[in-house]
Amino acid sequence: GSGGFRKRKHDNFPHGQRREEKENINPSSDLMISFKSFQQELDTRHDKYERLVKLSRDITIESKRTIFLLHRFTSAPNGEEILNESEVKLDAVRRKIKQVAQELVGEDIYQFHRAISPGLQEYIEAVSFQYFIKTRSLISVEEINKQLTFSAEDREETTNTTSNSHDKQPHTWSLKVTPVDYLLGVADLTGELMRLCISSVGNGDIDTPFELCQFLRQIYDGFTFIGNTGPYEVSKKLYTLKQSLAKVENACYTLKVRGSEIPKHMLADVFSTKTELIDQEEGLS
Amino acid sequence: MSVSDMFIALQGVLTADQDIREVRAGPGAGGGDAGLGPARPDGAVCPQEIRKVVQALEQTAREILTLVQGVHQGAGFQHIPKKCQKAREHFGTVRTQMEALKTKFPADQYYRFHEHWRFVLQRLVFLAAFVVYLESETLVTREAVAEILGIEADRERGFHLDIEDYLSGVLTLASELARLAVNSVTAGDYSRPLRISTFINELDSGFRLLNLKNDSLRKRYDGLKYDVKKIEEVVYDLSIRGLNKEATVGGGGEK
Repeated sequence: GSGGFRKRKHDNFPHGQRREEKENINPSSDLMISFKSFQQELDTRHDKYERLVKLSRDITIESKRTIFLLHRFTSAPNGEEILNESEVKLDAVRRKIKQVAQELVGEDIYQFHRAISPGLQEYIEAVSFQYFIKTRSLISVEEINKQLTFSAEDREETTNTTSNSHDKQPHTWSLKVTPVDYLLGVADLTGELMRLCISSVGNGDIDTPFELCQFLRQIYDGFTFIGNTGPYEVSKKLYTLKQSLAKVENACYTLKVRGSEIPKHMLADVFSTKTELIDQEEGLS
Repeated sequence: MSVSDMFIALQGVLTADQDIREVRAGPGAGGGDAGLGPARPDGAVCPQEIRKVVQALEQTAREILTLVQGVHQGAGFQHIPKKCQKAREHFGTVRTQMEALKTKFPADQYYRFHEHWRFVLQRLVFLAAFVVYLESETLVTREAVAEILGIEADRERGFHLDIEDYLSGVLTLASELARLAVNSVTAGDYSRPLRISTFINELDSGFRLLNLKNDSLRKRYDGLKYDVKKIEEVVYDLSIRGLNKEATVGGGGEK
């Protein structure tokens, strides 16, 4: 009856009795052979993608930790030590990025861009934050890319998971961050700078906020210059950037107006209430 | 380098990007002559636009589609070889347009702009596969499609046909064949649905071999079972009425 017919509809064909009158699917037909190779090709591609996603996650986590570490910089007396430690951490991140670069040898980077983009952005955020603390200026794309060129010498760790896919490896690997990744990373950096500003006020540091304010304004100007030429994500970040800038500018304003009146040890209190106020206003608007 | 200098440089890069993607020129002819501008010697992308060429490709694809859609009409079944012939001629235009597209961006940045031609490429794969099926009742190979479209089958050699695009095009073929099975019965061709059924079943078992990720290809594949079902129903309808006896294949069905 038709009931039984319907039930078997999605079974594997060779078992269906109605197949008997037709020729069975030959597992070694041309079509099946080519689909077997498709299976292999797709699996290889998906595996690579997954490995890159995993690397990207590791990069994100380590970069975030570096940023947290760098936030301790202003409050701790042992600044030099913290900078060194952050350098060690970033080196570890770069080793991961080297693995990414090795995975991408001979590949089109844009094919796997979505897998690695979040990690790269986080790395850019961390490395530019460190660069700012050291030099008080913005790291350039070229500078970042220069640090992401790896040679075969620093091969202390054997990358057993990655290297087996390539038979002959070149002597250098490099990874170029895309301009958009760079922009997004820098936009994230401004959030960190805002936090740095507020916390440095808490430490009684009067100069840093003004310096930061100036720097953030430059970045904001840069982003407004790009405006909507960039992709959608960049315009989205512009809104957050504006909020960060407003917070820093308000902080500077308060410092200027009330700084002379308030004893330094109380500054932290003034700011904690002030920032709350700003937050509330933002919630309303 | 000051902050503003950096942003000015970045803005330049982004604008150049947009040039590659967008239609900036005046009213384009839209025909096959979509400006064969050579890439600049310095490796920069010439600001001839991908979108413009893709639009021309879409136009050709629509023309081919209209042509091969003719087979669904009653009289169309007699003219299949002629229609295929005509469609093949149109693929010549596709090849010229593909040549034009190749010059619009650096060869190693295929996936950067992939989204722009993904849709039309899948459609062209479908059209090529449909024509090849109508001619020989076999599944076109990836290499053959690439040849018909004037592109490469694998990535190393330049503008290529991505495997996922190929598979998507093949899945479109499946739904078109389901429709063809129904219409060929209406037109009185009772043997075709049986042949289509065999073909689709083989295709289905081919796709079962793949481990698809949860992406758009997987979603398309999920539709394949409905095409299989549709064709089986047509075969069933023919079988219970004994109409498949007129067909030349098998003929084991007893009343």
